[in-house]
Amino acid sequence: MQLTNRSKQVSNKEMTFAEKIYLPAIITGLGITIKHFFQKKVTISYPEVKKNLGPVFRGRHVLKRDNQGRERCTACGLCAVACPAEAISMVASERQKGEENLYREEKYAAVYEINMLRCIFCGLCEEACPKQAIYLRHDEFVPVFTERDQVIWGKDKLAENMNNRYLRTAWTREEAHEQDLKGIVAQPRTQL
Amino acid sequence: MAFSIDAAFIIKAIIILLIFAITLLIATYSTYAERKVAAFIQDRIGPNRAGPFGLLQPIADAVKMFFKEDFIPSHASKWLFILGPCLSMLTALMTSAVIPFGDSVKYEAAPGKVWDVAVQAIDVNIGILYVFGVVSLGVYGIMVGGWASNNKFSLLGAIRAASQNISYEISMGLAIVAILMMTGSLSIRHIVEQQHGGNWNIFYQPIGFVIFITCAFAECNRTPFDLPECETELIGGYHTEYSSMKLGFYLFAEYINMFVSSAMIASLYFGGYNYPGMDWVQAKLIAAMGEITGHNLATLVGTLVFFGKSLFFVFFYMWVRWTLPRFRYDQLMNLGWKGLIPLAIVNVILTGGAILYLKPLVVSLLK
Repeated sequence: MQLTNRSKQVSNKEMTFAEKIYLPAIITGLGITIKHFFQKKVTISYPEVKKNLGPVFRGRHVLKRDNQGRERCTACGLCAVACPAEAISMVASERQKGEENLYREEKYAAVYEINMLRCIFCGLCEEACPKQAIYLRHDEFVPVFTERDQVIWGKDKLAENMNNRYLRTAWTREEAHEQDLKGIVAQPRTQL
Repeated sequence: MAFSIDAAFIIKAIIILLIFAITLLIATYSTYAERKVAAFIQDRIGPNRAGPFGLLQPIADAVKMFFKEDFIPSHASKWLFILGPCLSMLTALMTSAVIPFGDSVKYEAAPGKVWDVAVQAIDVNIGILYVFGVVSLGVYGIMVGGWASNNKFSLLGAIRAASQNISYEISMGLAIVAILMMTGSLSIRHIVEQQHGGNWNIFYQPIGFVIFITCAFAECNRTPFDLPECETELIGGYHTEYSSMKLGFYLFAEYINMFVSSAMIASLYFGGYNYPGMDWVQAKLIAAMGEITGHNLATLVGTLVFFGKSLFFVFFYMWVRWTLPRFRYDQLMNLGWKGLIPLAIVNVILTGGAILYLKPLVVSLLK
């Protein structure tokens, strides 16, 4: 079976004179490397330049709010059950009178924590959520942490900022491809 | 000449200090250039974080080297272990003394009394022999260091370095012999002066040049002949056990050797500070600026041309390093003893025949 058609038959035949003096092969090689010397570089200078990783990239988590700014999460715990790394934990609480503008339903997560050292960014929490409350952002990473107390992210870091909402441009690779064909530009968002 | 501090002495001292400083500076920035060239050839950008375009990278590297632990293995022979890198560095720095970096500097001490100081540390009449002697000593640094480490890999690297240098010095010497036959002088300055204008030795000695540059690669332990280091087989070879600035000395000595051998190639085969149209430039400058300033400026142009040539060969070293894989040891020895030495002898015979019967070999073939 042939996996690629790049395989080359090699032989152990005696080298010809041109091969024995090495020089023609060396000059060919030097030509190839000098061509690469002047070629465009493929490096992306990461912190300054960020590559668009596509609409279905699974980056850092966000706890979505609805259009009125109310938290969608009802602390049902399905994400925690679905999580294969057991990174999610939460404490449920009952909505009090006067908090209707904060929480969409009667039950909400008073504490919602994700251990970023445990998380494997599989996206199963996103799929498990019946309320469309948790998403993995396609445009932001979890930044490097240097202290232990930066590892567990609470609602302060996870809840969506209404002034800088997270909007996903496509939900599947196919959809993104369709948008590309139509010429719709996915909006890059760099602010953390 | 009686020892006295006069203008000529001061000019000479400045020239020597400048040559020394420039050699070190070029070696320092060769490390940077090496990484940049490697990166560019591999479609990367290379160091660009320390300073603009990463220009402070060599300084950062040096600081890193200084602050690393200076470790001497308990079974190593302590004094020889220290002596190794010192010898390497010393011999590397000594070679640049006889290379003519430019024509001469004129200085009018008193009316009618003009000093003419050559842009060269010392003009000895056995320049090439001196270079060969010092370069041969250079392998002692590697051998002593490799042996004193008391480590099998280091010892293997040292043995490889020794046998490789001995093998390739022979053909290198024979390649030079052809040049000596043509010029009749061992002084590098004489050899350079005979290549006035565009009358370079490369046109007379193309085979000799190929042999010389191949051997220069082997003498500097550069890829494709970097068998003494050989990180994939010998974990760094002779400098496996070295750390901190001792390792830095070994690596730095390699870059100095690279620059010096590039300068040697430029002076022996590519006319040193000579370039086509140099007489016209000198005449114009003297007409415009006067006898002394014009001459000095013409010398400066020649020196710049010389550095241009040398730096091109430094680049060539890097270019080759990131193109070719390493030779196997038997291939190295085959190439040295069965390939280059017979070829060099044939070259000597051909040169002799050409001197006797034809005029310069290639030029006469062209005519």
